[in-house]
Amino acid sequence: MATEPHPMDERGGPPRAPAPAYEPAHGRGALRRVARVGRRVGSSLERVDEAAMARALGWFSIGLGLAQLLAPRALGRAIGVGERPGLIRMLGLRELANGIGLLVAKRRGPWAWARVGGDMMDMALLGAAARADGASSAEDTSAGNRRRIAVAGVAVIGVTALDIYAAQKLHRTEAARAPAAMEVRRSVTVNALPEKLYSFWRDFENLPRFMKHLESVSVAGGNISHWVAKAPAGTSVEWDAEIVEEQPGRRLAWRTLPDSELFHEGSVEFQPAPGGRGTIVRVDMRYRPPGGRIGARLARFAGEEPDLQVYEDLRRFKQLIETGEIASTQGQSAGRRSVIGRMSLGGRLS
Amino acid sequence: MRAVCWQGVNKVGVEDVPEPHLINPRDAIVRVTATAICGSDLHLYDGYVPTMFRGDILGHEFMGEVVEIGPGVRDLQVGDRVVVPFPIACGGCWFCQHELYSLCENTNPNAAFAEKLWGHSPCGIFGYSHLLGGYAGGQAEYVRVPFADVGPIKVPQELSDEQVLFLSDILPTGYMAAENCDIQPGDTVAVWGCGPVGLFAIKSALLLGAERVIAIDRYPERLRLARDAGAEALDYESTDVLAALCDLTGGRGPDACIDAVGMEAHLHGVVGTYDRAKQAMRLETDRPGVLRQAIMACRNGGTVSVAGVYGGFIDKMPFGAVMNRSLTIKSGQTHVHRYMRPLLERIQKGEIDPSFIVTHRLPLEQAPQAYAMFKNKQQECVKVVLRPS
Ligand SMILES: NC(=O)c1ccc[n+]([C@@H]2O[C@H](COP(=O)([O-])OP(=O)(O)OC[C@H]3O[C@@H](n4cnc5c(N)ncnc54)[C@H](O)[C@@H]3O)[C@@H](O)[C@H]2O)c1
Ligand SMILES: [Zn+2]
Ligand SMILES: [Zn+2]
Repeated sequence: MATEPHPMDERGGPPRAPAPAYEPAHGRGALRRVARVGRRVGSSLERVDEAAMARALGWFSIGLGLAQLLAPRALGRAIGVGERPGLIRMLGLRELANGIGLLVAKRRGPWAWARVGGDMMDMALLGAAARADGASSAEDTSAGNRRRIAVAGVAVIGVTALDIYAAQKLHRTEAARAPAAMEVRRSVTVNALPEKLYSFWRDFENLPRFMKHLESVSVAGGNISHWVAKAPAGTSVEWDAEIVEEQPGRRLAWRTLPDSELFHEGSVEFQPAPGGRGTIVRVDMRYRPPGGRIGARLARFAGEEPDLQVYEDLRRFKQLIETGEIASTQGQSAGRRSVIGRMSLGGRLS
Repeated sequence: MRAVCWQGVNKVGVEDVPEPHLINPRDAIVRVTATAICGSDLHLYDGYVPTMFRGDILGHEFMGEVVEIGPGVRDLQVGDRVVVPFPIACGGCWFCQHELYSLCENTNPNAAFAEKLWGHSPCGIFGYSHLLGGYAGGQAEYVRVPFADVGPIKVPQELSDEQVLFLSDILPTGYMAAENCDIQPGDTVAVWGCGPVGLFAIKSALLLGAERVIAIDRYPERLRLARDAGAEALDYESTDVLAALCDLTGGRGPDACIDAVGMEAHLHGVVGTYDRAKQAMRLETDRPGVLRQAIMACRNGGTVSVAGVYGGFIDKMPFGAVMNRSLTIKSGQTHVHRYMRPLLERIQKGEIDPSFIVTHRLPLEQAPQAYAMFKNKQQECVKVVLRPS
């Protein structure tokens, strides 16, 4: 088996370039981590919506947890562990703590600690199982059965120790990580040919149609373009950029002119997706915000999750190309909103 | 206009809201003539789907007359009578082109949030939480329909609203649930839940050649409808479901099991080795009592087809059974667009008349009572059709 050539090798068709190895952006670890570094620089304009969403999700799981905390006896009877309000309250606490924590958390440390709580709950459940077995059927009280439960208990304790270690570790590394330049790499697959996507992008004046924070890009002549980005309170940030690399149908790179107040460079690559699945569009961007007021504005412009913003821009790009419009519910009808609803809707959450 | 709005857990109200307008070039505005309440709406009503906000207009099963179209809409005219599929699909992405419409990549403006919960985002859905786009729904006098040249299907005048309305969701959903079972001659299919989805799944399984269908529920009127549809009926309150299914299939288990219940399974009478663990499950976001049962019941190498909606995380999933016994799990929000035309043809030929499930016809104004009645299965309620006045 092992010595036979892989059937793929014998396949006809054009020779395939070796698949590029996955390369973490600038060798500083995984994409996610780079993105997170960026996130720490940013500040708060976009956070409102993000936080509101996190709250909405959080409340959902908190609601579940509260039921367990407030009506533990009824629940206990219902789930067949009898009147064990203590145990049920613990389960409720786990629900509260976990929520969708990891999914929306900006820092993973606290979530890891929530896991430790979950392990403790499992231990409590195992204890309950041992006792409930004893109560429900005579043969379950056998020494063998209790030994099994004890073994499981030891295993859980082991896992708990590991979780505690991981939680501490996460906590420490996150605290130690210093803010750095923002750096983002995202990709999206678009159902169109690379050439079409390239020429749409190469016309920089198209960029504000899908890059939410750009007000305008005007081509000043040659390779130079003038970019205007929205900043808070109706102000804007401007810079000039030049195209530094141009491979028609494949790759485009640009960079701010040396005397600009801020440093920004980006590239976009168009690579045919296998099996006629369109084109993989890969964007790589770096910002170095200057100090002072401009810096603060730019940090806001980039928001607290620059990778997410670039991704949203790419998604809008894809929508424009594939459907000719950008999905939206802005301005649609609704009934009377609550305060929380009004705070949460608009911006990123529609 | 008047619209049914979500006002909190167990609370809907009919409110005055502004009429919808065109937002994008490929939108249309539809004047709703009939709309239905779905089991999926109950998950919203009961507060199990996150990111609902007070004021959200509900409803994803609706039909009506096109009253306005955007400049980008082809193949549709003002005055057309249409049924609108509940998933919103663009028609141009890779998924749409592969008929996986409910996975359309371009219609959920809140995809980033869905990705946080589910890894990747499905399509946007009318009236089904902000996680799925926050689109205003169709339990209203008027509704905005994006990508109106992709979704809505024109229906002939000679068919009544009730005959075609369910093309919007539950008929295709029951059908896809059965189709996912890959039914072979001689197959036995078990269906949990004899609500509208389960009933259409029963009909579809028989249509697709199942030898036998065994239906499971506890409400006599629903079990009666299941029997009328051609199934053998099991009342899970008085029967040990796993033992009965084993017995009825000569010890092997059903070749395919359909979960037409979803995240709010009623867990009374659950049996088996997972009992205590199963019960503890009640504490998670979803209550997958039926899903676990379907997995445990299914014959080796069989298929578990999940039409019931799940929202978040489930616990004590007997995945060992899935792996060791070579089970296949198939699921998804229904790719409604795929089924509308063929099912409309079957309706026209008289092979299916979906209107048999309608038990209540009420004005839109009575939506609050209708929701409560449907939720509690009072007055033998199986399906409510609401009509804006
Ligand atoms: N996949 C999709 O695209 C899609 C579309 C529509 C509906 N759905 C889902 O399908 C499910 C059913 O919808 P419906 O409109 O028929 O709802 P419904 O509420 O009318 O029916 C649910 C039925 O399940 C029964 N049930 C509850 N616990 C049970 C148990 N332990 N064993 C057997 N039966 C049990 C109830 O008695 C009820 O009759 C819901 O989860 C709904 O969200 C999915
Ligand atoms: Zn539905
Ligand atoms: Zn699509």
